[in-house]
Amino acid sequence: MNLGRFFMAIVRRELQIAFKHWGDLVSPLMFFVLVTTLFPLALAPRHEVLRNLGPAVLWIAALLATLLSLNALFRADVEDGTMEQLVISPYPLTLAILGKTVAHWLLNGLPLVILAPLMAVTYYLPPQGVSALALTLLLGTPTLSLLGAAGAALTAGVRQTGGLLALLVMPLMLPVLMFGARATSLAGGGEQITGPIYLLGALLLLALSLLPFAAAAAIRVSLD
Amino acid sequence: MWTWFHQLASPPHFYRLAGIFSPWLFWPSLILMAIGLYGGLVLAPADYQQGDGFRIIYVHVPSAYLSTTIYGVMAVASGIGLIWRIKLAHAVAAGAAPIGASFTAVALVTGMLWGKPMWGTYWEWDPRLTSELILLFIYFGYMSLRASFEDIGKADRASGILAVIGVVNLPIIHYSVIWWSSIHQGPSIKKLGAPSISGDMLWPLLLLIGASTLFFGAMLLYRVQAEVLDREHHSRWVQELLGETPGEG
Repeated sequence: MNLGRFFMAIVRRELQIAFKHWGDLVSPLMFFVLVTTLFPLALAPRHEVLRNLGPAVLWIAALLATLLSLNALFRADVEDGTMEQLVISPYPLTLAILGKTVAHWLLNGLPLVILAPLMAVTYYLPPQGVSALALTLLLGTPTLSLLGAAGAALTAGVRQTGGLLALLVMPLMLPVLMFGARATSLAGGGEQITGPIYLLGALLLLALSLLPFAAAAAIRVSLD
Repeated sequence: MWTWFHQLASPPHFYRLAGIFSPWLFWPSLILMAIGLYGGLVLAPADYQQGDGFRIIYVHVPSAYLSTTIYGVMAVASGIGLIWRIKLAHAVAAGAAPIGASFTAVALVTGMLWGKPMWGTYWEWDPRLTSELILLFIYFGYMSLRASFEDIGKADRASGILAVIGVVNLPIIHYSVIWWSSIHQGPSIKKLGAPSISGDMLWPLLLLIGASTLFFGAMLLYRVQAEVLDREHHSRWVQELLGETPGEG
């Protein structure tokens, strides 16, 4: 089996497992919809208020939904011994971790990219804002998944993680959030956003090239 | 050179050396601090715009400088520990973290106190204040991750990886926060050729930066000594040092 097929096998396995546990799959998305519904109800539902807050609220909700789905990312595999098999297998562990991360993004990030524009309409974002939101989420959520995977790998061996994972990765997710939300509100105001878009792309490439290695090293630590 | 390096990495040897060096860092740092504070709080003239309020920089700038420098020390020590598997390097990183967090907190509090009379508010979402706050959270994350492992070897390596991830991220966080418009003071001493701060005000500041660095060195050595004793408390040399017969403790 060459490396590409190994990678695809990991992704396919993750997707199959996930589709058997419907509840786990849907709850972060429900969480996202709920949080974004709470804001207009707690604030005065005036158009200009919602239009100003929308980009930030939608981005923060997406970040929190990603965080919510991360706790379980490696836990089951570490506990039932799958991860040990991957470590001693002849294939690079980094690739297996990357496969799991890609699957995580397909199951959590991609649905958010599709859901968020729908919610954005309820925040009265102008069309440019909605498309900017989709584009920034498309570039930003993979970075969030990669950062989260590194955090989940670090805490995979810890008994009660609780808020620990959030404490570890939230500060690191800050640049993605800032560029994503700011670009969305700038686009809503009719401005050019090529700069933040390129920056989000650069962050994604940087995360993609470094974080899977860090996550694999962290998994080795948790399994010792 | 390598033998020296290896010797240094041996806990008993380091413990002894640290015991010899730490007073030489600690007492000079206190004396220099006293001179620097006298120079800064008494001798230096009041600022023509900020009055006496500017004097808080004599605490603020050294703490802010150390808050990032200590993170660098921590990350480099973690890297050395991860690459060459030197336990002592991890002990250094573990010892540096709480000191770094304290200096970060001091920098934040003094910054806020300065902000009240100067900006009219304790908190402003200014780039440097914000990234300092994020740095504090990163220190907290590092310390909580370390505390959540029972096995010290695992704690060392996991938190070491986090420190290294953090050091790549810190500049990104810093610069992404800066791209918001800044109302913080421009740097006054970085421009070495023509500093925009008068000499009377400058020398106590530089002296205090040096003194705080020495103070950090002394605190670090004390903390690493304690860390080494804790980690090696079953070994023979620690029990001999503490005057217990082996096997008793």
